[in-house]
Amino acid sequence: MLKDLEAKLEAMEKEIAELEKNGEDSINAMRITQIKRDMQELLGMCGNLSASDKVYLSRHPKRPNIDEIINALFEDFFEIKGDHLCKEDASILGGIAFFHGTPVTVIGHKKGRSLEENMQCNFGMTSPEGYRKSLRLMKQAEKFGRPIITFINTPGAYPGIEAEAHGQSEAIARNIAEMSTLKVPVVAVITGEGSSGGALALGVADSVLMLENAVYSILSPEGFAAILWKDSSRSNEACDIMKITAQDLLEFGIIDGIIPEPLGGAQRDPQAVFDEIDKAIVNALAQFKGMSGQELAVHKYDKFRTIGEAYYSHAAD
Amino acid sequence: MEDIFKKRKDKLRTLKDMLAKSDNYSEEPASKVPDSGVFVKCPTCGAEYTKTEFSRSCYVCTNCGYHQPISAYYRLSLILDSGSFRELNGGVEPNDPLNFPGYIQKVENISEKTALNECVVTALGRIGGIQAVVGVMDSRFLMGSLGTATGEKITQAVEYADKHKLPLIMFCASGGARMQEGIFSLMQMAKTSAAVARFSANGGLYISCLTHPTTGGVSASFATLGDITLAEPNALIGFAGPRVIEQTIGQKLPAGFQRSEYLEEHGFVDHIVPRSEMRDTLALLLKMHVKGGAQNA
Repeated sequence: MLKDLEAKLEAMEKEIAELEKNGEDSINAMRITQIKRDMQELLGMCGNLSASDKVYLSRHPKRPNIDEIINALFEDFFEIKGDHLCKEDASILGGIAFFHGTPVTVIGHKKGRSLEENMQCNFGMTSPEGYRKSLRLMKQAEKFGRPIITFINTPGAYPGIEAEAHGQSEAIARNIAEMSTLKVPVVAVITGEGSSGGALALGVADSVLMLENAVYSILSPEGFAAILWKDSSRSNEACDIMKITAQDLLEFGIIDGIIPEPLGGAQRDPQAVFDEIDKAIVNALAQFKGMSGQELAVHKYDKFRTIGEAYYSHAAD
Repeated sequence: MEDIFKKRKDKLRTLKDMLAKSDNYSEEPASKVPDSGVFVKCPTCGAEYTKTEFSRSCYVCTNCGYHQPISAYYRLSLILDSGSFRELNGGVEPNDPLNFPGYIQKVENISEKTALNECVVTALGRIGGIQAVVGVMDSRFLMGSLGTATGEKITQAVEYADKHKLPLIMFCASGGARMQEGIFSLMQMAKTSAAVARFSANGGLYISCLTHPTTGGVSASFATLGDITLAEPNALIGFAGPRVIEQTIGQKLPAGFQRSEYLEEHGFVDHIVPRSEMRDTLALLLKMHVKGGAQNA
C-alpha cells in the first residue's frame, strides 16, 4: 500500500520539478501549491503504517545507511578492518570516531548502495569474520573506556558454506556473551531491518533504540512464513503476527526508545533523522554517565535477564 | 486460559512424579525408527533389531553407529548416578507472549504426548560421584525450540550452578528459535549467553554436549559457549539449516556438511563421544576439574 502511495508522491514531485523548470508565472505557482497540498494529504496517510509497510520502509533502497549516519553524526571516523584471524568482512563497518568531542567506537552493518557495493558487503549478511571483527573492536573499546555505539541493519547472518565452516554459530554466540559483560556503555540503534541472531550479535546493549519504521525480529517475515506455514508468500500475514514494529517492541520492553522519522519514512528527510538519532544517543549515553564498569556489566545482565516471563505452574522445586 | 494451564499442570505433575520415582525412567526414545511391532529398523543402514536389543544399545545402531535422538529423562538415566536425580525448576512452563494463534493448544497437545512441559529438563545429580547441574533438551517438544521458558530454565540452571559452585553440563538438541514466541525467543539467546558468560567469569566449568540436531538460536548461544564442547557422532550442528543454505547459494551441499565430524575437522568440536562412552567421559572431565567449580563433590 505504501508502495503505491510512494509512486504517486514521486510522480507529483516530478511534476513540481517540471513546473518549476517552466518558469515562475502565477498559474504555475498555483498549480505547484495545489500539488504540494495534495502531497501533504497523501503523506498524512503515512501516519498509520502497517507492519508490512514498515518492513518495506526498513528495506527502502534510499533509507539512510551506515556511511551517511557516520558522516552526519561523528567526526574523524577512523575505520578499523579485519578480524586479525583470517579475513576482512565488509558487511560490518567499524572504527573509532568523535561523538560530541568524546572518542567512541562505532560498529554497524553495511548493506551497500549500488549493486557493486551490495556484493562487496554481501547485502549486509555477516559472516563469522565480521562478528569477530566487531568483537575485537568492542573489546578494544572496553580496554580504553570508550562508549560503543552500534547500528543494526541486516537481513540476518549469512547462510553459506564457508560461514558455517568458519563457525557462524560460535561467532554469534561469542559476541552475544561478551557484549553482555562489557564494562563500557553500549547503545544499539536499529536503523533498518534487524533480523535474527545476526542483529542480536550487535544488539546486547545498555540501551536499545529503534527508528520509528525499523523492524526487529527473530527472522525475516518471509523466513518465518516459510518455516511456519511452508509458504514464504504469506509474509504479509507474518508481519502482523510476529510483532516486529518499534511500537510493539517498546510495549514489550524489548527496546528502550523510538527515534521518530518524518512522515513517509526516513528517506524523505535524512537530515531530520540524523538529528533525531544524534539527540537519542546523547540522551542514552547521559543515562549511563558516572556508572562504574561493574555497574554497567550488571546493568546489561539484569536488562536481558528480565525480558519475557515464563509461566510458573507451581513454586520452584 | 488459566484453566487450561491448571489442568495441564495437574496431569503433568502426576506423570512426572511417576517418572521421578522409577529409577530407570523407562520411556520411549525421542524419534521414530520404523516400528513394526517387535522389530525396529535402523533408518540409516536398515539393520533390524528387536526392540529390546535396540534399547540395550541405548538406541544406537550397532551396525552403522546411527544415534537415534533420545528423550530428556532417558538421557538423564544414562548419565546420572542411580538415585541422584533431582529435577530443578520443573514448574517453569511456556507462556504465550505474542498471543500466537493456536500456540497454547499446541503446547498442550505436545505436553500430553511427551509428559514434558518444556523442551528442556534441568536437574541436579551426580556423575561418577561428582555433583553437577545437568540440562537436557528434548527435540520431541516443539523441536527443542528456544522459548522463553526454555531460556528461563536454562538460565536458572546456570545461575544455580554459579551460586552453588557446581559444574554445568548441557545436552543440546534444537531446531532453533521458537517461532511462536518471536522476538522473545531471540532474547533468550542473550539471556542464556549472559548467564553462561557470568558463570564462566566466576570460574565455573561448563561442558556442552551437542546432539542431533543443534541449530539456529541454540547453536548461536549457550550451545557453543562451553569450556569443553562434545558432540555425539553425526549430529547436525550449524547456524543456518541445510535447506536454507542450499536455497541461498543455489548449490548442493558437500556430504557430511554440518555434521559433528565436519565441525571437529573445522575446529569447533573438541571431541566426538559416542553415547556408550558419554557417561564415563563426563565423569572423567568432572574429575579433572574438581577444583574448578566442583568443590561440593
